[in-house]
This record gives sequence, structure tokens and C-alpha cells, in this order.
Amino acid sequence: MTDLPDNGRASDTAWSSDAFKNRLARRHRKELGLKLLGLGALTLAFLMLGILLWTLISGGAQAFRQTHVTLDVPISAQMVDPADPAAGNYRGVIAEAMQATFPDAPQERMRALSGILSNAAQFVLRDRVVADPELIGQVVQIRVPTSDTYDQLNKGNVNEASDESTRRLNDEDIRAFRQLEAEGRITLPFNWALFTNADSRFPELAGLRGAIIGSFYALLVCFLISFPLGIGAAIYLEEFAPKNKISDIIEVNINNLAAVPSVVFGLLGLAVFLNWFGMQRSAPFVGGLVLALMTLPTIIIATRAALKAVPPSIREAALGVGASKQQVVFGHVLPLAMPGILTGTIIGLAQALGETAPLLLIGMNAFVTSAPGTPFDASTALPTQIFIWADSPERGFVARTSAAILVLLGFLVLMNAIAIFLRNRFERRW
Amino acid sequence: MKTLGLTATALSVIALSAGGAFAQSRDQIRIVGSSTVFPYTQAVAEEFSNQTGAPAPIVESTGTGGGMQIFCSGVGEQTPDITGASRAMTKSEYDLCVQNGVTDITEALIGYDGLVMAVARNSEADWNLTLEQVYLALAAEVVQDGNLVANPYSNWSEIDESLPDVAITVMGPPPTSGTRDAFVELAMHAGCEENDAAMALAEAAEKKSDWVKENCSRMRTDGPFIEAGENDNLIVQRLNTDPNALGIFGYSFLYENQDTLIDVKLNDVDAEIETIASGEYPLSRPLFFYVKDAHRGVIPNLQEFVTEYMSENALAPTGYLAERGLVALPDDERSELQARVTSGEGEFSVAE
Repeated sequence: MTDLPDNGRASDTAWSSDAFKNRLARRHRKELGLKLLGLGALTLAFLMLGILLWTLISGGAQAFRQTHVTLDVPISAQMVDPADPAAGNYRGVIAEAMQATFPDAPQERMRALSGILSNAAQFVLRDRVVADPELIGQVVQIRVPTSDTYDQLNKGNVNEASDESTRRLNDEDIRAFRQLEAEGRITLPFNWALFTNADSRFPELAGLRGAIIGSFYALLVCFLISFPLGIGAAIYLEEFAPKNKISDIIEVNINNLAAVPSVVFGLLGLAVFLNWFGMQRSAPFVGGLVLALMTLPTIIIATRAALKAVPPSIREAALGVGASKQQVVFGHVLPLAMPGILTGTIIGLAQALGETAPLLLIGMNAFVTSAPGTPFDASTALPTQIFIWADSPERGFVARTSAAILVLLGFLVLMNAIAIFLRNRFERRW
Repeated sequence: MKTLGLTATALSVIALSAGGAFAQSRDQIRIVGSSTVFPYTQAVAEEFSNQTGAPAPIVESTGTGGGMQIFCSGVGEQTPDITGASRAMTKSEYDLCVQNGVTDITEALIGYDGLVMAVARNSEADWNLTLEQVYLALAAEVVQDGNLVANPYSNWSEIDESLPDVAITVMGPPPTSGTRDAFVELAMHAGCEENDAAMALAEAAEKKSDWVKENCSRMRTDGPFIEAGENDNLIVQRLNTDPNALGIFGYSFLYENQDTLIDVKLNDVDAEIETIASGEYPLSRPLFFYVKDAHRGVIPNLQEFVTEYMSENALAPTGYLAERGLVALPDDERSELQARVTSGEGEFSVAE
């Protein structure tokens, strides 16, 4: 094989020839270009992710702390009747306490001064007195949130140098607040209310409790329905169904269903569950049903892939020792496929957690000030709560929207981490 | 077979639990309707629940039209008790209600809401527009030389030399929004009627108001008018980054952001609570809610809730709804309204 066919291009193919070197250089350049392109795409993606996270964190960080004011409140028997403490004039009690804190302030300023406190102050006080009527006649120290405008002031979001008429707070308001601050009454603790309160029209009181519980119930219902149904369908299709036209059509349709926009499932839920079955609007149960319809194809596809990955030798061995087909599936194949199924299910549920459109259609974007006690009570879910807050005019809700998104992202990351853990821990390779 | 059994069991469990849970009586008031009335109803709902300890009403923002559809779907626990509206009930909606057995309805006009045009405070120009100029800047077609032509204006100064020489950029709500309907009616139609060239054509038409509706309702889609989505906070943010852009949204968003935004004077009038209440500021619209009388006394707390909504504490100019941006009714109209709505008496019907 020493004599190459002489076609006049011998010099082209010689390793040391210039033409060959040129071609080699070109190929290397192309490869480098592809690498750079890939790197560029990655960098761009990370940059976008970074920008997203940075805006969320820088915007939402403030919402994790809330300005509080500590106040000594004398509860007189004139304002609160010991016989019926629930009906007392707590607004008046608060006004008296502010009067005592600002003895020099004229009467007409009292309304504005009471406005430093959140509207909830009177109810916090009422609940404490009702729980312990002994407090009537004593001085009670309460720590309550300030109203949103003062919270913004304390967080440095108000430009005090600007013209008075362009601010929500006039100079006198700001002086009163600074006086409270000088007396050490202003604190900025962690905003537990963000997790322990349900929604409110006052940003300083609004929290995610209702949304988190609502999302939990919806996901629970979604899981209880889509998991057994999905696995059942997948086992039948993969292990029992005859391979013919009909099962092909079903398979194609399931794959298509997985790609149907979620809003369509919402419309379906609206027409079937609400209008036809007459179920209650805004209930997490209905939300769960709709999300289950959406998650079902994902789970079926994941389960079928996991079942396929179990090697045929396992099945054949079991059948060989006389096991029935059902024993093979439930005794051997399904347990071995379980890690893959669980991973697929959790990813499907994580998708369902972030889903908004179908929930809007069945009314889960309602304003509900109490957390749901059962899956049948009206409630919001995390994404719809974000939707509501994003549309509220108050300044405090801007930061709270970002904070709520961070909480939702936190749950999503947690769920995906569990999925990855399960896969790495239990997955078997053959 | 086992899977089939499992599936059947799961389905029957769902059916049973659903039937059982939804059969129990409702103890929460349900409210749907306009997103403009939503914040006010929200405020009353929360106040009501705090004061009485009763479960808070569920308030859902569905838009005026969507709310009417659900409200008028029948009488009974599955249907809402109240719907909010940023315009009065129409004849066809009333017919739908009657057809479904919702015959006793109480209408309550709770006050006015200002729609404002605003601009960032750092805008160099001093904005003062007439409705005619707004119409000329934003209409899809305007009249020139006796013909309807595609809107030729791209700079404010082309409309009137006294206006700033900057490109027309106005951000407003999409067609699905009640705010958009109100803007078209209050600003575009009114501006159209101030425009002599357009009126000359309208006079020649069969019916003047029909001509206006047909030819002055469409907003331009060639760039200067930007549909910014339902989210008004987004418009506020974008105004702050573009000092020459104008935005259209509810008064409460201007009120909450008065440190960065300033209103655009319309026909020489500033957008303020007083001018909106008096109707001087041309973009104010009435807000309503409708109560299903058949539900009073049946749904727990509904009557009490309506009483709270009608209280001075809520509706008066110093009430907590005014704090949120609602423009209160004059005293005499208000007391008449309170008596009528609380008692639930008086006929209600919608004329053609």
C-alpha cells in the first residue's frame, strides 16, 4: 500500500503540505468558534439568571424585615368595659396612648399620629385584652407594625430632601417618627408576618400563609389523583396493552397532552368542575383537580420511561420461575422503576406548583384574609398571590411581590433538590 | 384488573368527598366583579371581618363583564352574592339576570374613581392637554381634509405648536380592561366631539353618536400608544425610566406614587380628589356594586356586610375607602343611598 493512486492531489493529502495545514487550521478555528458560541450562550443564560435573581433579591430583601413600634398603652375602664372587653373602643385607647407619647401635639394632629401605627394595632390590643381581661386598668406594652408609609420611611425609601408636597408624609410626620426613633421605640425585626399572616389589604400585615397552605392542599389533591392514575395508566400501556393502532393513538395523544398550554386545562376545569359539577370557586380542591389533569401526562411519560429502563431479563427471570404477569409487574418491575417514577412525579408537581393560568380561571386569585382550614375553603396559591400583589398600588407590595417570588423559587428548588436526591440515592444502573 | 379497581376507587372517593363537601352550606360571602372596585371591596371585607370576627368575604377580581356573567347565573349558594362594576349594569346583563331568576337586585353607586393621565416628575415639559389633543394623539384614524386618514402625528408639537416637541408615547391598558373602556368613552369620544373636523363628518352621518362610536373608539396600533398590560405598577415603573412617556391608570396609583409621578392637566384641570368628585376632571367614572336581594338573610352576615359597606366609617369623605382613593359622594346623595341599599327596598330595573 505504498503507492497512493496518483490523481494529482498527492501533495494535498500529504500531512506536511500547506493545503493540509490550512484545512487543519480551518477545522480547529471552526471548533473553537463552536466552543465560544456555546460558552457565550451559557454566559448569556447565567447573566439573565443573575439579573433575575439580583432584581428579586435586591427588591425583595426589604420585605423580609418590617418596622415595628413599641408603645405603652394604658387601658382605662372608661374605654374598655370589663364586662364586655371585645366591644371596647380600642381605636380610642390607641389615640390616648399616642397622646401620652406626644404630649405637646395639638388635638388635630392625633389622627395623623395614630396613622403611624398599622390599622391592626387596635385588633392586636383587643385580642390581648379579650384573652386576659385582667389587663384593663393597667399599662400594656405592645409591639405592632407601623403603617406602610412609615415602613418605607424607615427603610430609606422616602426622599426627605424633596419638596413636602411630593411626599406622602409631611415634615411634621417625619419629625414625629424620628422622635419615636430617638426614644428607641422603633425596631426592624424579621418579618414573621410574611409567613404567619394571610393576605391583607395593608402591606405591613399581608402574608403568604393562606397561599402556602392553599398551594399545599392543591398539590396534595393533585398528587393523590395524578400519582395512582398516572402509574396505573403507564403500567397498562407499557406492560399489558397490545401493541396496535389504538395504543399508538393513545401514546401520541398523551405526548401531545403534555404540551397543551395550561390555560386550556383551566378552561376545562371551569367548564367541567365549576359549571357542570357545581363545585365551589376558588377552592384548592378544584385547583388540585385541574393541576392533576395537567400533571397526569408528565407522570405517565416519566413512569413509562422508568418501566422501559428495567431490563427485560428481570421480567423473563420472574416469568421463568412461574410468576404471573401481575406478580412480575408489582413484585419486580414497579419497585425497580420507583426512583425514576418518583423523580418524574416530583418534577411534575414542581411544575404544577408554579402554574398560574389555570388557577386564575377557577378563581384562585381571590382576596382571602384567612388561611383555608380544608381543601374546600376558598384560598389563593403562591403564584396567584404573586399575581395579586403585583397589581396592588401600595409601595409595600412591590417588595413583597419579590419576596413572594423568592419564597416560591425556594419551594421549587427544594422540590427539585429532593428529586435529584432520590435519583442519585436510589437509581440503579444495569 | 387491580389498576382498574384502584382507578374506580380513587374516582368514587373523589366524587363522594366532593359531593359531601360542596353540599354543606356556605358561611362566607362571595363577591366577584370589577378590578377597579376590588380594592374598595377588599378594604370593607377586611374591616368587616376584623370588627365582627365573622369569616371574611371572598373577593375575586373578575372584571365587570365577567362578574356580571357569574352574578347573573342564578340564585343559590353556588352563585356570588355581590358583584362590583365600574359601569352600570347593561340591559343585556339585566335580561340575563332576570332570565336566570335573579330578579331582586339592589344597585349601589359607592362613589367615583378617577382615571388619570400622568407623567414622571422629572419630565421637563409642563403637561397640559385638551381632550381633543389626546384624541388626535391616540386615535387610530383622524379626520384631515374631510377624510378619515391613518393618524399622521408622531410628535406632540405636530398637533399643537404649544405642546412639547417630543415623540408621542402613551402607555395604557389593553382592550380587555374596564379601564380601557372608560378611557375610550371619557377621553377619546369626548375629544372626538371637540374636534371640528371630525364633527363635520359626524353631522353628515345618520346618527352622530353612532359615528363617534364607530370612528373614534379605536386606539392607534402603530407605536405611539403602547398597551402595557393590566398591571398598572408596570406602567408606573416605565414612566419613571422615560420622562417623556405618559401613562393612563387609576387615581390610586398616582396617589401612591406622587413622589415620582405628576398628573397631566386635562382641559386645564389637575387630577385631585376634589376635581374628580366634582366631575371637573374629565376622566372620572362611577363605581357600583350590585347585591342579590334573595341572598339577604339566607347567606350569613350578608346583610351585616352590606351595612358595613354603607356605613359612614367606610363611605364618608374621611372614611377608609377615601384613604384608598375612592372619591366619596356628596352628603345628601350618600345618605339617600345608605338608607336605600341597607334596607334593600326600592325597585331596580335597567332601561333600554
